[in-house]
This record gives sequence, structure tokens and C-alpha cells, in this order.
Amino acid sequence: MYGINMAKGLLVTLKNLTKKPFTVQYPEERVKQHPRFRGEEFVWYEERCTGCASCAKYCPLGIIKIVTTPSETAPAQGDKYRLELFDISINRCMFCGLCVEACPYDALFMGSGFEQGQYSRKKMVIDIDHLRQADKHPSTFFRPQLEEIGYDPRAGRPLDWQEVGRESWQWHEKEKAGMRINRPVPSDLMDQGLPVDSSFVEDSEPAPASTPAEEGE
Amino acid sequence: MNCVLGVDNVLHDTLLFRVIYEGVGHVLPCGLSYVVAGIAIMMLLVNGVLLGAGLFSWVERRLIGRFHNRVGPNRWGPFGTLQPLADLVKLIFKEDLTPKGADRILFTIVPVAMLAPVVLVMAVVPFAKDTALANLNVGVLYILAVTSITSIAIFMAGWASDNRYAMWGASRGVAVLISYEVPVVMSLLGVVMVAGSMSLNDVVSAQTVPFLLVQPLAFFVFFAGTSAELNRTPFDLAEAESEIIAGYHIEYSGVKFALIQAAEFGAVLTSSAVMVTLFLSGWSGPASSYLGWAWFLMKIGVLAFIFSWIRATFPRLRIDQLLAFAWKFLLPLSIINLFATALEIYFLRDSTGALDTTDLWIMAGINFGVAFACLLVFGTLIKEKVRPAGPLTGATLSTGEAD
Repeated sequence: MYGINMAKGLLVTLKNLTKKPFTVQYPEERVKQHPRFRGEEFVWYEERCTGCASCAKYCPLGIIKIVTTPSETAPAQGDKYRLELFDISINRCMFCGLCVEACPYDALFMGSGFEQGQYSRKKMVIDIDHLRQADKHPSTFFRPQLEEIGYDPRAGRPLDWQEVGRESWQWHEKEKAGMRINRPVPSDLMDQGLPVDSSFVEDSEPAPASTPAEEGE
Repeated sequence: MNCVLGVDNVLHDTLLFRVIYEGVGHVLPCGLSYVVAGIAIMMLLVNGVLLGAGLFSWVERRLIGRFHNRVGPNRWGPFGTLQPLADLVKLIFKEDLTPKGADRILFTIVPVAMLAPVVLVMAVVPFAKDTALANLNVGVLYILAVTSITSIAIFMAGWASDNRYAMWGASRGVAVLISYEVPVVMSLLGVVMVAGSMSLNDVVSAQTVPFLLVQPLAFFVFFAGTSAELNRTPFDLAEAESEIIAGYHIEYSGVKFALIQAAEFGAVLTSSAVMVTLFLSGWSGPASSYLGWAWFLMKIGVLAFIFSWIRATFPRLRIDQLLAFAWKFLLPLSIINLFATALEIYFLRDSTGALDTTDLWIMAGINFGVAFACLLVFGTLIKEKVRPAGPLTGATLSTGEAD
């Protein structure tokens, strides 16, 4: 009959009337965010970063700029480069996460936020000061050690650099058994007289200090 | 000085008018107090309709939102109730543009010409006991005459805008309005015959059984025809957004646009009011002598809800489907309803020509049968023929079941 399907249509809309609306009213309500969400507030731990610029090399868009100088303190003892510049131009970033995957020292993490709207393009560049000061809510993307402890970047507290990396006790057989091996630690901690395992210190000549390594764009 | 309104005055039955008139009459001369009371009542009516339109615009947007599983406007005020105010302020502060080639005078008249019939209709609708502004003895005719002005206003808008889309929308609108006028009038004839009067007060008092039950077919035709005349979604060809942008009001902005929108939303309420009066026994109900207005508003609310529901549900018809619906479906139905009602009245009436409640119930029973049969038959007749499977819809396009 002519009207049957019209009646059916009316019933469909009437059913919707009794349902709770699907809309999530964003500023007040939020969709639950997965811990592996790749947000734009990159989390960077300077203490873990050696300035190897792997992230810059792996970035398919070439939007990470790193300028390093050799640290004068103790390069022979496994000290890292000192970073002069670490710019991530977020306006071309596609959040593929390859920089995070490339980082050999777990120093760079995807962020968990997405509310970094800016009014000018210049402000879309995350510079090193921004990275230093930003809240450390690392996403668990490509970081199984965070996922194992069930870390939720939106709900959890900010993590400091000692808590986020893949430490040797998480994979070294001896340390799994409870034995503690001393690791090389960053220079600022070495100054405080912390013990250093000599087996990890390469016994080589100091790196030539004359040529500052420059990578990226 | 005491002024007393004569019984022969058309406004005598309006309680509020009489009170104001006689109250003001203590200080002013009678002629002046008549004008003052008239203006007071007019202000009340116009502002009431406009406020109702504003409120209804919010209600409808919320309702349609919920029908679509959305939220609707909910930001300003509790549940977004101040949204119409925000819209109004926004529209008032917008620039009021007039196109270069427009007919300026016509262009300016149009919003008023659209709003006027909407407000004028309310003049004869009794919204409680003895509370119609004017108890016209040709109330139904007056309503039909006044609402026909809308088609002129629409065509004026289309013509004055100097815009092809506006002209297009206007011609569609006028085609729809003229087509749907016929079945609407025909369906009202049945009501008038049963009530035995064209005065809306008499129609209300004649409804010991709501005419929705006595004249189901007429109600259906009137409802469909009215929603077509209101240019609402299943029939909104005149302002089809996806086809001709906004139709006849494409060039309107600012306050004029606000007025046109107010007229459209207010028209829903006033048509609901007319339908309530003609088919849902108006203000009558339990305790209607002092709660008549509450019953009236409640019934209007129910009808407005159904209007919103239909708007939220159905997609737009094509123009040929629309006109076919009017001429091939609604018009025969209304004619059948007219003849059936006439025959029933001929056989059921008593010697004075009046119908009592039993007669009305008998008519309700017969008319429901007639309505069902007619909907079945004409629904089948008007069904679009499905194109037989030819080379175009062959095996390559099928879902593979044919193979």
C-alpha cells in the first residue's frame, strides 16, 4: 500500500527520538582516547636524547631540524651531543610516527594531545624550548614498555625520563634475574658522582670537536 | 463616561477586548478607547504569534535534532531556549541587502505580506471560551481567503528579487499553493456541512465528537494539503535548498529574512490552531470553561510535533509527484469525502436538519471505512510504475541473483 513505507519511516525517526543522541559535545565531553593515539604534542626527553638525529633522517617529510654540537664535558665516556636546535614543523607533520620508531634511545614519543591550534604558521613549529617545557604525557605508540604498565597518557601523571625508556632490566637476561648493571647516564648526572659501568664506556679517542654535526633540513 | 460594546459588534464576543474597551472607556472617549483596545489586542496577537514562532523554531530544531539522533541548538540559555533570541539579534544586525535590479517597493512589502496572513488567521480562531478576536460567521471562508494571500506574497518575492532561482521557487510555490488549495477547500466543505456553520465558534461547539473521528479523510487531506501550503519538507519544493538554494527568499537578508522565517514558523502554529479548531474540537475538553486555552495550546503542541516529525522523516518529493499527489490523490479523496458526508447527513439528520452525537458516531464509523478503502484504492492507483527490467537493468547491473 502507498503509505506503509511512510509509516515505517516515521517509526524509524520516532525510535531515534527515544535514543540518547550520538553527539559527543566536545569541550564538555570527550571521546575516550586510545593510549596509542598519535597526538601532536611530541614528548621529548632531553636526558635520553643523544642527538643522533635518527628522527630527522627517518622523517618522510623532512620537517625535523636538529643542530648539535659535541659536548665538551666527556665525550669519551659515552656522553652525547649537545642539542642546539630541535625544531619539529608540525604544520606538515602527518603523524606517521616514523621518528618515534626510529629513535634508538626512546627519547622521542608521540604526544597524547590534539589541541595545539595556532593562528600563525610560525607558531606551528615546535622548538626545543617548547619540547623541554611541555607536559610529558607520552603516547604508548611504539612503546610497549608503557603499554605493559598500562599507562594512559590522558589519565596518568607526567612521566619523567627514567620511567619511560626500555631499560636493560626489561630485556637483559641477567638483570631480569635481579642483577643490577650500571648504565652510562647523562652528563649532568655524572657530575653528581653517580657510578658508571666502565664496560659500556668506549675506550676510544675523543670525537673531533671541530665539526659540529648538523642533520636534517 | 461608560462605553458598552453593542451585541451586534463583531468584537462583542472577545472577552479581552471588551474588558480593555470598557476599562479604557472610563477615561477616554468611546471612539478612542475602541481604537486603543483594538491596538492592544492586535499587539497581543501579533506578538503572541511571533513569540510562538520563535519558541517553535527552537522546539522544532531541537526535535528534529533528536529525530536525527543529534542534539540540536543547546548552547545559550537552559537547553538552548534563548537560541531564537540569538538568531534574531544576529539577523537584525546583519546587512539588509536589496539586489540592484530588484523592484524595491515589492521587495520590501513581501515580508509583511507573508507575515500578515499568518497573524490574521488567528483573529477568528477561538483559543478559549469566548476568546476569539472576531466571531465571524464566515470564519472558515475568511481563513481560506486570508491564507491564499501567501501565494501572492511568494510570487511577489520571486518577481521582486530579480533572481532566476527566486522566480523558479516562486513559480513552484504558486503551482503548489494553487493545486493544494482545491483539495483543502473541498475537505473543509465536509466539516462545514457537519457543523452546519462556517463560524469557528459554532464548529467548536458542534464537535461533541471530534471531527477528526467524524471526518478522518478530510483531516488527512487537510493535513497533507496544509503541510504542502506551508512549504515544509516533504513538499518544500519552493525553497528546496539543494536544488534552488532558498527559492523565493534567496535574496532576503537581515530583518526581512527574519520576518519571512517568523512567518514560516508562525504559519505552522496558526495552521495547527486552525486544524485544532476544525478537527480536534478546539478549546473544549475537561474543565474547558477556564482551562480552554491550556487544551488549545496542548492540541496545537501535538499537531506541531507531528509537523516536525514529518519534516524530520520524509525526503522532498519531485514536482510532478507533488502535483500528482494533489490532483490524483487528495482531490478525489476530498470529493469522495464530500459526497459521503453529504449522503450521511441526508439520511441521518432529523427534521430540523441537526445531527446529534449518535449520528456523529455513526458517521465516524462509516467514514473510517470509507477512508481506509479510499486510501487503499487510490494509494495503489497513484503508485509509480516500476520500470520493467530491460537491457539497461540487465544482468550486468543486477546483484547476481538473476544468474
